[in-house]
Amino acid sequence: MKHTLAVLVENRPGVLVRVAGLFSRRGFNIESLTVGRTENHDISRMTIEVDGDDRLIEQVTKQLHKLIDVIKISDITREEYVDRDLVMIKVNAEPGQRVEILQMAAIFRARVVDLGRKTMTLECTGNEGKINAFEESLRPYGIRELVRTGKVAMLRGSRFAGVSSGGKNDNNGE
Amino acid sequence: MEITAAEALVRCLEKENVEIIFGYPGGANLPVYDALYHSSRIKHVLVRHEQGAAHAADGYARVTGKVGVCLATSGPGATNLVTGIANAYMDSIPLVVFTGQVPTTQIGTDAFQEVDITGITLPITKHNYLVKDPNKLPGIVKNAFHIAATGRPGPVLIDLPKDVAQSLIEFKYPATVRLQGYKPTYKGHPARITEIAGLIKQSQKPVIYAGGGILSSRAADELLQLAELISAPVTNTFMGLASFPGDHPLFLGMLGLHGTRYANLAVTECDMLLALGARFDDRVTMHLKSFAPEATVVHIDIDPAEIGKNVITHVPLVGDVKLILKTLLQQLERIDRSPWLSRIREMKEQYPLSYNREGGLKPQFVIEQLSRFTKGNAIIVTDVGQHQMWVAQYYQFRKPRTLVSSGGLGAMGFGLPAAIGASIGRPGDMVILVTGDGSLQMTMQELGTMMEQELPVKILILNNQSLGMVRQLQEFYCEGRYIATQFKFHPDFMQLAKAYGIPGYTLQTEEDVMNLLPQALSAPGPALVNCLVPPYENVMPMVLAGKGIDEAIDY
Ligand SMILES: Cc1cc2nc3c(=O)[nH]c(=O)nc-3n(C[C@H](O)[C@H](O)[C@H](O)COP(=O)(O)OP(=O)(O)OC[C@H]3O[C@@H](n4cnc5c(N)ncnc54)[C@H](O)[C@@H]3O)c2cc1C
Ligand SMILES: Cc1ncc(C[n+]2csc(CCOP(=O)(O)OP(=O)(O)O)c2C)c(N)n1
Repeated sequence: MKHTLAVLVENRPGVLVRVAGLFSRRGFNIESLTVGRTENHDISRMTIEVDGDDRLIEQVTKQLHKLIDVIKISDITREEYVDRDLVMIKVNAEPGQRVEILQMAAIFRARVVDLGRKTMTLECTGNEGKINAFEESLRPYGIRELVRTGKVAMLRGSRFAGVSSGGKNDNNGE
Repeated sequence: MEITAAEALVRCLEKENVEIIFGYPGGANLPVYDALYHSSRIKHVLVRHEQGAAHAADGYARVTGKVGVCLATSGPGATNLVTGIANAYMDSIPLVVFTGQVPTTQIGTDAFQEVDITGITLPITKHNYLVKDPNKLPGIVKNAFHIAATGRPGPVLIDLPKDVAQSLIEFKYPATVRLQGYKPTYKGHPARITEIAGLIKQSQKPVIYAGGGILSSRAADELLQLAELISAPVTNTFMGLASFPGDHPLFLGMLGLHGTRYANLAVTECDMLLALGARFDDRVTMHLKSFAPEATVVHIDIDPAEIGKNVITHVPLVGDVKLILKTLLQQLERIDRSPWLSRIREMKEQYPLSYNREGGLKPQFVIEQLSRFTKGNAIIVTDVGQHQMWVAQYYQFRKPRTLVSSGGLGAMGFGLPAAIGASIGRPGDMVILVTGDGSLQMTMQELGTMMEQELPVKILILNNQSLGMVRQLQEFYCEGRYIATQFKFHPDFMQLAKAYGIPGYTLQTEEDVMNLLPQALSAPGPALVNCLVPPYENVMPMVLAGKGIDEAIDY
């Protein structure tokens, strides 16, 4: 099963290497990883997607906890959360196809961010399923280039995975 | 007043009560050496190879419980430390390791003697730092000592570029450590402790499986009290040896691959396995499915990641084992377990450790006599191989921190430099290195360090003229096709001893052991004792790969 981890880390050089290195060294597979700073400039937040059974995820979490630069880990998989991915797609768009493509874009609430003589670049945000569907719908026109940010996620309502909800958990091994 | 960061570093070390640094100089750490020149409180020991510096600091840390400190220059100096750092990491030994680095302006340019040592040591340090801002150095040193020594101990590396070391700073040593992401759990969950007390009372056939965590938390007294109070036999991991008296009736010896038959059988039959500061290493569990199949597993460890890593634990408890045992002891009363203890006695009688005394001077005999002569009043350092396992089996340890050996990494060459560190750390104690002719030849340049420091280390070579442990593997797993395990050239160890001015002894018979070994041990100063033992002796019992620990083969 795919798990989504929200990981708060010190915003320092080398942190990404420490986290990524841990995954490869211990044989855990990262499905996706995004990182960016938070409201506190000293702290970055990673959203990591990792595939595995509960026992593996437990090991991943515990090993991540051991990194000194890791401040807090929340496995939000089973919580209510909002997740977003952003994609930019440069698609073949001969003048005659443009209207059709724009209609497609409207359905997905995508925006045109650039126009070339024979191409259009569209931007779309949404959860993974929506982005995948958008990509599929443009495929028949010929995708020239595609880039995705990877997933970011946040708990719904007034719950936090941020630092304000307390420090590193005292993990009792459960 | 402003001082250089290098001078500040030395002040930090003084604040941390560092008495000794093992190191080797070079261009990139020149400023640090220059600052050390002016320190009257810190002694520097010049080794002969940086690997020796790391192992010596490690040996020092193991016998004293303090943080070991070593220092090397950039590039090759730093890479030479790597084995030593990995060794300390695997055995959870607290070290603070300093390396010089090329100036910050040159980092990333493939400058002369530049290596990315923080990158290289990422997976073998508890944490590491590359210092870019000289003003941050004091705080980093403070954090490094804290991280190395607390929680599950381990090595921390600080890489110090030369220009940073030379920069002027206003020195202030922080009074406290601030690390958001590092808060080890010491106190065990009270409800869990009560649950464990209940399980202990219910259990009919408990076994205590005690590891290196007992030593690092200094919980040997509590372990002894617990075992006696609840009448539970105790088996040690290799790393846990010396945490329980070797001559105690409840002691089962070491378990696992080369453990005693009775320790392995007791674990197989037990209905409760109380794992204290032990990490269910594969040398211990062997075939996982047949490990302690009847037991409710209670696992007490300071590192949450150890729990459930290799075996499924029924009752996990994270915290410091000493604190937890203290609380647990208050909730228990004396329990008698005559049937279980008589079963244990029966197993001990049925399957004692044994070897064949015929056919030359047997290494097991040498260790047995060493144990008799020293009565546990010595620090035994070993290298890696058969000789190491014979020490584990035949030496009766009586006091904590009297065994110094590379368990997790199994690094040949650890012995001599570690013995140097141990002898410096505990000058009043006799330090005996038990080594093999293979291992000694990996780091024997440190004889120079040993003599320079005038250390009375006794070196006992169990000389089988081969890489015995691997030869044994070839006997069992490669149908005796011996390749690259038998030396064709043998140094004259007596001449080697002479070259360094060390009294040498050669032992070939049991009489030699009885006469000369006490002499070598009691004469003041160092000694090199070359025991000529047969080349085809095997470490027994032995659990073959893929088998359960109850299926060991024996003589
Ligand atoms: C040739 C060879 C053969 C070997 N054969 C065997 C063998 O037959 N049997 C055997 O046992 N070993 C053997 N070993 C050693 C083996 O490789 C491991 O090093 C050893 O088993 C690990 O011991 P341990 O479980 O006590 O863990 P250690 O490595 O000592 O780890 C200590 C554990 O205690 C925990 N801890 C630390 N501090 C505390 C604290 N304050 N409170 C609570 N917990 C704490 C740590 O988190 C860790 O889990 C062999 C090694 C070699 C080189
Ligand atoms: C650095 C290193 N290289 C290789 C090994 C593999 N190895 C394990 S034991 C051993 C033989 C050790 O020989 P010796 O020191 O003579 O001891 P003996 O087994 O003969 O007692 C070898 C080669 C190792 N443990 N460490």
